[in-house]
Amino acid sequence: MNDVVIYAVASLGIIGAAAAIILYFVAQKFKVIEDPRIDEVEGALPAANCGGCGFAGCRAFAEALVMKANKEGNLEGLNCPVGGNDVMATVASILNLQVEEQEPLIAVVRCNGSHTNSPKKVIYEGATSCAFAHNLFNGEGGCPYGCLGLGDCVKACAFDAIHINPETGLPEVNDKCVACGACVEACPRDIIELRPKGKKDRRIYVCCINKEKGGPARKNCDVACIGCGKCVKVCPFDAITMENNLAYIDPVKCKLCRKCVPECPTGAIHELNFPLRKLKDDVPVGEMKLEKTEVKASVTIKPDATQDAKEPEGGKENKS
Amino acid sequence: MLKTFKLGGVHPAENKLTENKAIEVLPIPKVAYIPFSQHLGAPARALVQKGDAVKTGQLIAKGEAFISANIHSSVSGKVLKVDDVLDASGYKRPAVVIQVEGDEWAEGINRSGEIIREISLGQKEIIQKINEMGVVGLGGATFPSHVKLMVPEGKRADVLIINGVECEPFLTADHRLMLEKGEELIVGVRILMIALGVKKAIIGIENNKPDAISNMKKITGNQEGIDVQALKVKYPQGAEKQLIKALINREVPSGKLPIEVGAVVHNAGTAYAVYEAVQKNKPLVERVVTITGKSVKNPGNFLVRIGTPIAELVEAAGGLPEDTGKVIGGGPMMGKALNSLDVPIIKGTSGILMLPVEESGRNTVLHCIRCSRCVSVCPMGLEPYLLEKLVMFEDFERTEKERVMDCIECGSCHYTCPANRPLLDYIRLGKNKVGAIIRTRSKK
Amino acid sequence: MNLLKVSGSPHVHTDESIKSIMYGVIYAMVPAMLISIYFFGLDAVRVLLISVIACVMIEFLIEKYILKSAVTITDGSGIVTGVLLAFNVPSNLPWWILVIGAIVSIGIAKMSFGGLGKNIFNPALVGRVFMLISFPVQMTSWPIPKPLFAERITDAITGPTPLAIMKEGLSAGKTVSQMMPEIPNYVENLMTGFQGGSMGEVSAFALILGALYMFYRKIITWQIPLSYIGGAVLFSGILWLINPDKFVDPLFHLVTGGMMLGVFYMATDMVSSPMSAKGQILFGAGAGILTILIRVFGAYPEGVSFAILIMNAFVPLIDRGFKPVRFGEVVKS
Repeated sequence: MNDVVIYAVASLGIIGAAAAIILYFVAQKFKVIEDPRIDEVEGALPAANCGGCGFAGCRAFAEALVMKANKEGNLEGLNCPVGGNDVMATVASILNLQVEEQEPLIAVVRCNGSHTNSPKKVIYEGATSCAFAHNLFNGEGGCPYGCLGLGDCVKACAFDAIHINPETGLPEVNDKCVACGACVEACPRDIIELRPKGKKDRRIYVCCINKEKGGPARKNCDVACIGCGKCVKVCPFDAITMENNLAYIDPVKCKLCRKCVPECPTGAIHELNFPLRKLKDDVPVGEMKLEKTEVKASVTIKPDATQDAKEPEGGKENKS
Repeated sequence: MLKTFKLGGVHPAENKLTENKAIEVLPIPKVAYIPFSQHLGAPARALVQKGDAVKTGQLIAKGEAFISANIHSSVSGKVLKVDDVLDASGYKRPAVVIQVEGDEWAEGINRSGEIIREISLGQKEIIQKINEMGVVGLGGATFPSHVKLMVPEGKRADVLIINGVECEPFLTADHRLMLEKGEELIVGVRILMIALGVKKAIIGIENNKPDAISNMKKITGNQEGIDVQALKVKYPQGAEKQLIKALINREVPSGKLPIEVGAVVHNAGTAYAVYEAVQKNKPLVERVVTITGKSVKNPGNFLVRIGTPIAELVEAAGGLPEDTGKVIGGGPMMGKALNSLDVPIIKGTSGILMLPVEESGRNTVLHCIRCSRCVSVCPMGLEPYLLEKLVMFEDFERTEKERVMDCIECGSCHYTCPANRPLLDYIRLGKNKVGAIIRTRSKK
Repeated sequence: MNLLKVSGSPHVHTDESIKSIMYGVIYAMVPAMLISIYFFGLDAVRVLLISVIACVMIEFLIEKYILKSAVTITDGSGIVTGVLLAFNVPSNLPWWILVIGAIVSIGIAKMSFGGLGKNIFNPALVGRVFMLISFPVQMTSWPIPKPLFAERITDAITGPTPLAIMKEGLSAGKTVSQMMPEIPNYVENLMTGFQGGSMGEVSAFALILGALYMFYRKIITWQIPLSYIGGAVLFSGILWLINPDKFVDPLFHLVTGGMMLGVFYMATDMVSSPMSAKGQILFGAGAGILTILIRVFGAYPEGVSFAILIMNAFVPLIDRGFKPVRFGEVVKS
């Protein structure tokens, strides 16, 4: 009996020891020397592996960050859109660097061709894939630029931040959006754009990307941008450009003054999260002022931008 | 035992409602819309401007790239505008819009009905002529015909195959052409033989057209080298590679053209267009279109000017039936669903099919039960169920390895799927994505 | 006017659907059902009803209350599993064992993988094997068939199957020729079904009749049945030629036990068999060889269920390795 115990213990012990020795030498031989900071940086990243930074995953991004820090001593051009400024600051402190603050972005769907605004002219049946439908035809509403509503963006989103509203048939972005850009990539019609989130989530943008002339655009959709150019004329900051019958608001130049919004004859310019607009005549001075100061505060990064902002403001006051 | 191709294939209900309807000439439209891109390859460059007067048969756009085709005015009148019009997909494409005034033909076009059997041109001139007259493959793929006739360096063609299969259900345009214009068609075949420098031609016709087979046999009876071959009815026999396999038992290697095995395939309709182009100096300005459907009042085969709005053709067939749920340009297996009747007939439109509502919808998509029918009917030996899954999960690397680019988009897999899965939709998407990947790779 | 529909081609579709295929299989099983009722009487009706109702109900309950998905019991796949399950058990099986078998079949082998089309193993076979291992006594006490309106020949109510008689005799050291008299007139009886055994497997004739219908409807193809039979005949034939005293002839193997049921109805199950023709041939041949292997050398007298289940597990691998014949395959010279 004792023999059995001793043999068992001895043989197991020998096998264990032999295995340990082999493992030790193998580990020595195939050791990968790696900067320990890569692990640290990876730990600081959100581990979403969304690819929003342009790398294959958080690990690859961490490697890129450390390499860049070693080579160039800065982190320019590298940004984790999911983690935002906080994460980048942590990463920078791990790497003993400073990082510039980046303005947070959010995905914006630039189509308002809902079932009511752009009624169905045909019925699509087949694969629920925008990419396929885009190759097949112009869309149920007839707009060759508009949202197809089949949810490629929803499938691409790893953060549960974009969903198709069954009533309108259009995708809607919620505040879970981290601006990773997956939906922008997925949309075959480039309808989704990453825009600055804006102070208090206030944003103004043209909710249409139809490049047709006014007539055909309106034929398919009540709220299409018809390229009339009224918004361009009214904008005091030269933030709106008109190209191919389509207005585009530059989010950097836009000071959120909201002048273009009522000017648009089709209501294609959208304002988000602003207080309710009072009737034109009795805009209380206080509120206008408040808005302006806010605007100033939000653009403190670039000194020349504030300069630009000041001048037309004076003009605006003169007019009113 | 009739010849046919070996791998896969299906047999949808034939529904050849119009096979006994003689070809009628459709009145010239009031306004013709002639797109610059009616063929595979680069769009043609416009030669006319707003306000120009044009005659029927006049060159209005020139195909300048290697793979491109000339476009001729199909009507006479005044150019209203050179602008974008909607194509069959609903996207805008550049086109010439012509207000029709009378029907004055350009000079040099022989419009008499007499059959010219004597072929006076040589090989080079024939190809040149076919190029000038803007002839493209009329089976549906619209590949410029003259390009097919130019045998590349180092390759040799030894047989010309004429595709009179018309395996698509409902369509009868080629069938009628073989019955009514058989003489001319055979002259066209002889012209194509000279252009290719081959001694042998085979006309493949499916066995559901016995009258066409006997007519063609009667005409070719005393002519050397032209053989008429009856084929078993099986879809997609009209696909180039399948037809070559069925007729001469040669297999075109994956990713290669038929010339690799010494064969060139032309459609029966193309052969007739070649006859008109070479013998009559007549450009491709009209074609035979089958307009059909079970509830269509007056289905038939019409000789239609290119650029005629489909709505006018539908009117000639007794108007759009009340219960129409889907209008298809082409046949039901490979045709394109139209989202409007305001698009013009182009060179590749072989038919207009109106399906009633109850037959037009797709059934509920269920989960794949792995019945392997899609695999067994695929004429290219692919695995549609697997390709669908791979495309869904965006594994394009493996999609390419599973030879998605071999797919000829015949639709047999989708047709046969008991779970109603949109197999071809996803395979098309996969082809699109893999094609883009291959293009970027070859650029590097 | 209706709105026009737009979709990719093709625009026409075959009349065949999952439902029509499943009901086709059910129609094909009708002759075997009738034979089993003829031989086992009301007991057979009872087992069939319990099995089918239990399978369909369990599928319904799981879809409605656990998965909360669309209820798909009308597609007929639950009924097919129910009938096959009933075919695989003796007609005197207590109802509660049958219900447990149905729960395992539908609940574990089918629904836990996600339902029809996603299961790896044939659900009815999983249920049968589960019951066989858990309730070996009840699962192997086969009633002796008594044709309707006929007098009982013996007093015994239950008896072993020919396969079990043979296995027992051979392992006791007897030779095949010594055993043969104990299995009277097996070819004729086994074809008509006058033998002990599970409900559905007693009559090879009825099963082949149904299989012919499935061939006609193109529900099954020749690859799996033929290669299965080929593999089994070849392997048992080799053994028989080596020593006809120790090993039974191939014909005996073919017509006894669940061979016909397995070959035509369970190995051919679409969901759990390979996709390409080449793969199907490999699958069938493998199952045939395994069946004989288990029957001759294994612990159980019958091996069809185990053989098919083992081959089911190889299907994903077979699908990866055996591609269909491609058109225009570039042959490396």
